[in-house]
Amino acid sequence: MRHIISILMENESGALSRVAGLFSARGYNIESLTVAPTEDPSLSRMTLVTRGSEEIIEQITKQLNKLIDVVKLIDLAESFHIERELMMVKIKTSPEIRDEIRSMADIFRGKIIDVTPTTYIVEMTGPSEKLDAFIAAVDPETIVEVVRSGPTGISRGEKSLHV
Amino acid sequence: MELSGGQILVQSLIDEGVEYIFGYPGGAVLHLYDALFQQEALKHILVRHEQGATHAADGYARATGKPGVVLVTSGPGATNAVTGIATAYMDSIPLVVISGQVSLPVIGSDAFQEVDMIGITRPCVKHNFLVKDVTKLAETIKKAFYVATTGRPGPVVIDVPKDITAPHIKVPYKYPKKVAMRSYNPVVSGHKGQIKKAVELLLAAQKPIIYAGGGVVLGEASKELTEFTRLLGYPITNTLMGLGAYPATDKQFIGMLGMHGTYEANMAMHESDVIIAIGARFDDRVTGKLDLFCPYAKIIHIDIDPASIAKTVKVDIPIVGDVKPVLEQMIALVKDSPKKANKKALEAWWQQIAVWQAVDCLQFDRTGPLIKPQYVIEQLYEVTKGEAYVTSDVGQHQMWAAQYYPFDKPRRWINSGGLGTMGFGLPAAIGVKLAFPDADVACVTGEASIQMCIQELSTALQYKTPIKIINLNNRYMGMVRQWQEFTYESRYSHSYMDTIPEFVKLAEAYGHVGMRIDKPEEVRPALEAAFAMKDRTVFLDIMTDRTENVYPMIEAGKGHHDMKLRVATGTSTDRELA
Ligand SMILES: Cc1cc2nc3c(=O)[nH]c(=O)nc-3n(C[C@H](O)[C@H](O)[C@H](O)COP(=O)(O)OP(=O)(O)OC[C@H]3O[C@@H](n4cnc5c(N)ncnc54)[C@H](O)[C@@H]3O)c2cc1C
Ligand SMILES: Cc1ncc(C[n+]2csc(CCOP(=O)(O)OP(=O)(O)O)c2C)c(N)n1
Ligand SMILES: [Mg+2]
Repeated sequence: MRHIISILMENESGALSRVAGLFSARGYNIESLTVAPTEDPSLSRMTLVTRGSEEIIEQITKQLNKLIDVVKLIDLAESFHIERELMMVKIKTSPEIRDEIRSMADIFRGKIIDVTPTTYIVEMTGPSEKLDAFIAAVDPETIVEVVRSGPTGISRGEKSLHV
Repeated sequence: MELSGGQILVQSLIDEGVEYIFGYPGGAVLHLYDALFQQEALKHILVRHEQGATHAADGYARATGKPGVVLVTSGPGATNAVTGIATAYMDSIPLVVISGQVSLPVIGSDAFQEVDMIGITRPCVKHNFLVKDVTKLAETIKKAFYVATTGRPGPVVIDVPKDITAPHIKVPYKYPKKVAMRSYNPVVSGHKGQIKKAVELLLAAQKPIIYAGGGVVLGEASKELTEFTRLLGYPITNTLMGLGAYPATDKQFIGMLGMHGTYEANMAMHESDVIIAIGARFDDRVTGKLDLFCPYAKIIHIDIDPASIAKTVKVDIPIVGDVKPVLEQMIALVKDSPKKANKKALEAWWQQIAVWQAVDCLQFDRTGPLIKPQYVIEQLYEVTKGEAYVTSDVGQHQMWAAQYYPFDKPRRWINSGGLGTMGFGLPAAIGVKLAFPDADVACVTGEASIQMCIQELSTALQYKTPIKIINLNNRYMGMVRQWQEFTYESRYSHSYMDTIPEFVKLAEAYGHVGMRIDKPEEVRPALEAAFAMKDRTVFLDIMTDRTENVYPMIEAGKGHHDMKLRVATGTSTDRELA
């Protein structure tokens, strides 16, 4: 099963490598990892997407909690949450397909944020599956470059992850 | 008070109550060594190799329960310490290791003797710190001791850049009495509901067994474990790391379990219906093949580290907490419970265990002309009246020491279980002897292991730590040879050295007494003579039967009920024997 683990950790140098090192040393897989400081600059928030059986996910959360720099974590997949990923796609555009790309970006609620005579950059946020769907809808021949942030997430309602 | 970083480090250790620091100097720690020179409270033990420093500090920690402290220089000093750090990590031993580092401005430039100690040690420490600000040094040291010694203990590295210790930069010094870390709060008291459920399950058991490990030693809970076990009247087995947590000469103790555990302990595990694991981590040397592990049992597991629970074996009642308060609660509940342990079932269970015990799985030939290693350990036990601190290296001799020296007290059996580090025994014995100068300290070793840290014989002389080295010299890497005999049709690939040194001369060259023992009848008098020399380190080079194997044994891929025994040819199960 796919799990999104959201981690609050001390914003110390080396904290990120402790998490990454844990995953490689114990053979857990990481699909994506995003990290940035929070409103409290002494804390960073990391969102990590991983897959594994219930037992593995349980070990992963225990091992993460065991890292001294980790303050708190939650597995977002366990309850209602919102998940978003940012993507930017650079697309080769010939005059004939410009309209089509524009309308497709509209359908997916994307924005065209850079235009040159031969390229567009489409910006889009959403759950990862939506971004996948957009990529699948565009002619692969025209895609020059795709950058994705990896998903980040937050729980709905009163539930929250904070110190 | 204004102090330099070097002075702060030394003063912090003194204020922390550190008695000994095991170290080796070098460029990056020269300021620190200068600060050490100018005081007397903190005693520095100069080893001959940084691996020796870590093992000596580790031995000190295992014997006393206090953290061991190490000081090494950057680069090669730091990398030499890594084996010892990993050894302590695997057995959850509290160490604080201070490594020198190149100065902050040159970190990352491949400076002379620079290694990324934080990166190298990350997977084998409980935590590590790089000190970037001298005003945070004292607090960092306090945190290091706090993290190393609380919760599940473990080694902590503090990497100290040289400029942090510079003598001309002085800052106000105050050693914190306490530290709090919002990201680190080890759980101590177990969940009341779970504890109650566990006691109910235990009292309903027909074939119960207590499986206790190193966590009982680390958690100073031998007294509680003993009371708990006696109260219930259940059989108890210990892991290699738990030996001494329960008195081994007591009749409820049925020996070590696992690969080289007793037949009765492993059979009882296999047949049992309720297992309570206390401070033990279901290591693969203990469980054997996981699919075959304890097929009929419900499992209760007490451990301070949630990650130890359900890591390899699923448990029915997990209890996260410190073993001592959890056992105290359990004892109270058992005493108050209107329901008592099932007497009749327990009697039948003990009768079954007696049948397994009658197999006498630790028997060996006592009639031949060769010295049997098991006999040496038995004699060691008698000569030291079971009161010695016994360190060991890794191999067959380690298993024999574990099997034939019954430890009645915790912290007397000092060995590397998790990493299995050859070279551990001698430096560890030095650390133990420093902590307990009046106690008998024996290092049981083999001719291969002892050579891995033999240079520490020189340290033993300098600091007058008279220990007795019991070298079970089988002229083989016996443990490797045994596996080759069993699984590689006796192809003894590189498990033999035909240039073994003359240990007697070597011991003498280091300023100690050396003795060579060739005959069984010489063993006892030699041991007596050696232990009578209270102020000398004695190296007993004992020529043992080189073909002897460690029995019984669970071979790879087998279950507890399928042990290879000495009596039968091939393997025997209880059913064949019964
Ligand atoms: C050649 C060789 C052969 C071996 N053969 C065997 C064998 O036959 N049998 C055997 O048993 N071992 C054997 N070992 C050792 C084995 O590799 C493991 O080191 C050992 O089994 C682990 O012991 P343990 O489960 O007690 O755990 P330890 O490594 O001692 O871990 C202690 C556990 O207790 C927990 N703990 C710590 N403090 C507390 C506290 N205060 N409260 C509660 N819990 C706490 C920890 O979190 C941890 O889970 C062998 C090793 C070697 C080198
Ligand atoms: C540092 C290290 N290298 C290799 C091993 C693998 N190993 C385990 S036991 C052993 C042989 C030990 O021989 P010896 O010290 O003579 O003890 P014996 O088994 O003969 O009693 C070896 C090589 C190890 N445990 N540690
Ligand atoms: Mg040998």
